[in-house]
Amino acid sequence: MSLVPFFFYLFSAVLIGAAFMVISARNPVHSVLFLILAFFNAAGLFVLLGAEFLAMILVVVYVGAVAVLFLFVVMMLDVDFAELRQGFLRYLPAGASLGLLVLVEMALVVGVWKIAPASLVNVSAPMPPGMTNTMALGHVLYTQYAYLFEAAGIILLTAMVGAIILTLRHKPGVRRQKIAVQNARTPAEAVEIRKVPNRQGI
Amino acid sequence: MAVSLAQFLIVAAILFTLGTAGIILNRKNIIVVLMSVELILLSININLVAFSAYLGDLTGQIFALFILTVAAAEAAIGLALLVAYYRNRGSIAVEDINLMKG
Repeated sequence: MSLVPFFFYLFSAVLIGAAFMVISARNPVHSVLFLILAFFNAAGLFVLLGAEFLAMILVVVYVGAVAVLFLFVVMMLDVDFAELRQGFLRYLPAGASLGLLVLVEMALVVGVWKIAPASLVNVSAPMPPGMTNTMALGHVLYTQYAYLFEAAGIILLTAMVGAIILTLRHKPGVRRQKIAVQNARTPAEAVEIRKVPNRQGI
Repeated sequence: MAVSLAQFLIVAAILFTLGTAGIILNRKNIIVVLMSVELILLSININLVAFSAYLGDLTGQIFALFILTVAAAEAAIGLALLVAYYRNRGSIAVEDINLMKG
């Protein structure tokens, strides 16, 4: 039974180490790769918690789409990243002290925190026994949270349209296929019959 | 479960701290700032899923799913803005982004 704590500590240690490397790596490409490592270990933590569906979503959507998107952008933009790191040491005291402050506050909260027994009665969507995690999530998501689910879909559609509009550009010199113009051509305007005089050409 | 809820909360708290510190430390490099925001959202997700597992309530996982949706949309829009800005100005340094003219 000591396997679960072992994997918890393994995943947590690698997760925190990878997160530290994300914010301190010199090269942003390394930052993105450490972000991918952090996502994988968070997915491991989710599996330990019994949330397999979210773990797989994290791997597929985050590692497969978002992190690769970051990687594309980092590699596509030709930016001098060494210049962008100029202020790192200057901001180190402020950042470290702010991080320490947040950590101490959270430690104080976690230290004295306990669950009120009355709140355990008000479970809005209890986990049904004998059902896989994905099935149970679907049962709740498509009934109780159907409107929020559709709102999430609209958010994704908006993001997709916005991203396309922001990055799409038409170069002036590119010749594109105009299907309507092609279909509107008639033989009368496409073919011309000329009478060519002998030994002169057109 | 052999691991207590508080341990998951501590991991999430450390992750959140690293994310906030990352925003301050890398404030000139907006790509790393976006990655720090992703770390913060990931820590919130760990909190939600941990509470969901220990309270036996699926709502936490549903909300973690919605946070994932919003985070993906945010990353896509943020990076698209970044690409559009880089095309116009040739730089993504945060201190250069001070013009409000279209």
